[in-house]
Amino acid sequence: MAEGAGQRDVAVVSVAVRQEEALTDENEVQLLVDLVNRARNAVGLSQAEIGFTCSGSSDFLAGQAFSFVQTLDAVGAFPPISESHVEMDGAFALYEAWVKLQIGDVDTALVYGYGKPSAGSVRDVLALQLDPYYLAPLWPDAHALAALQARLLLDSGTVTPEALAEVAVRSLHNAVGNPNAVRASAEATPEELLAAEPVADPLRASDLAQVADGGCAVVLAAGERARALCERPAWIRGIDHRIDGHALGTRDLTRAPSAAMAAQEVGASSDRLDIAEIHGPTTSQEWILQRELGIAGGTDVNPSGGALAADTLMASGLIRIAEAAARVGAGTADRALAHATSGPCLQQNLVCVLEGD
Amino acid sequence: MTDPDIPPRALAEAVVTPEALAGLEPVRSVRTPIRLVYDFVPSAAAQAYLRAYAEKRILGHRSPVDGAVFVPPRGVDPRHGTAIDETVDLADTGHVGNFCVTHLPIPGRDDLEVPYVSAWIHLDGADIGFLGLVAGCATEEVRIGMRVRAVWKPDEQLGPTAENVLYWEPSGEPDVPVGRAGNRAWRGRTDG
Repeated sequence: MAEGAGQRDVAVVSVAVRQEEALTDENEVQLLVDLVNRARNAVGLSQAEIGFTCSGSSDFLAGQAFSFVQTLDAVGAFPPISESHVEMDGAFALYEAWVKLQIGDVDTALVYGYGKPSAGSVRDVLALQLDPYYLAPLWPDAHALAALQARLLLDSGTVTPEALAEVAVRSLHNAVGNPNAVRASAEATPEELLAAEPVADPLRASDLAQVADGGCAVVLAAGERARALCERPAWIRGIDHRIDGHALGTRDLTRAPSAAMAAQEVGASSDRLDIAEIHGPTTSQEWILQRELGIAGGTDVNPSGGALAADTLMASGLIRIAEAAARVGAGTADRALAHATSGPCLQQNLVCVLEGD
Repeated sequence: MTDPDIPPRALAEAVVTPEALAGLEPVRSVRTPIRLVYDFVPSAAAQAYLRAYAEKRILGHRSPVDGAVFVPPRGVDPRHGTAIDETVDLADTGHVGNFCVTHLPIPGRDDLEVPYVSAWIHLDGADIGFLGLVAGCATEEVRIGMRVRAVWKPDEQLGPTAENVLYWEPSGEPDVPVGRAGNRAWRGRTDG
């Protein structure tokens, strides 16, 4: 929904994030017991005081049917709770919770997203989100598709390899201060990154997101309840989700019109943005998004390092919202943009704008 | 289950193709096999449970909230979303909390004659049921509250799997009254 009058004030009041290269001794339930409790305890809420619970995860990633039902063990869903799940990134679960809060019958919501990609092969799992008749049987992996997109960008002269290396360097540098970052470096230079061999030509390892296990839990609250729960709520001033065509051949892969439209709907450019947390699973995609979202020079892009530093499929988008909200909550940013993507080559895009009081 | 060799009803009738495609074999179905490989890492709780189970020991987890014991252990009290780290050893005896007589064979279990009885076994000391088969008696004798004990696989066949107990057989002890049989964790733990 666009920024506008008649909207109920809803804020992120608490966040908890954890990402590691591989969670070797924990299952998803144990991961979430910690995250869910951290997020609830930070604002002193028990599950009984949460009006709605919504999660995002993938059975294809977990390798189990109805895997989200098991992770409800971490929530304490007894007596039975009002609950929902999306087979999407947790950011889209947050969108559903935001809508539920807009309806007005609840004042608080718990949202979480998680994934343990270390159990399988993410690039192959992602092939199965493609058209099941024409594309999926060919098993084009996610890196190959992103490389096609990057090739178009480079050969059309829209971007240079150096500019993409700069995106990677920005992530590596920013990630140094992020305890959840798996890949970080204070010394990395574009020259050094460009010297490496491509993995999926023209993309190098440094252009591809660092896969990580982990998750994120967020508590949302409306109006006065949000003010009572924390000192500085991160108000969601606008949130919008748009989708481009599913068939890759119908799209101009150098663009992401759905991202631009979502940013416009939430009024992203109507005022100064202190930070932007963008969910770009490759440097080329982060670059496309920065352009489509209209991010200007004064905005600090991906101060956490972004998905390039640690990418947890089904949680990375929600983590972008959490990272942005945490900075607004701490007062280091007044106005922030957070973005989540889903689907092949930036097909779906969600944008939200967060503001402090 | 849908038989993949039988075309959907919509395609059961002759497919009429345009003139331009006359003589070509019609496409009736497309197969797109999917195979994904996973390496599961069982949680610490599951690892400890499976290793003990291979030695004919059954581990449970005791909730820090009210002492309820869950088996198999999952590292969490699902009623409260609370982590559990207290492990308890449970007996391989208990009672039938509920059961079902099934007249269809289980694929891959040719050793199992139908009808067979699957049951929630409530181990002594546990507050939730533990799934197993009941055998060693006539099917019609199985009842809620009947006392049972584990019949383990021969030692050389034991391993870190869920399959170490072949079945549960009647122990001959007096029944647990039906009103006190079964799941206790969800209805308060005051009734014994």
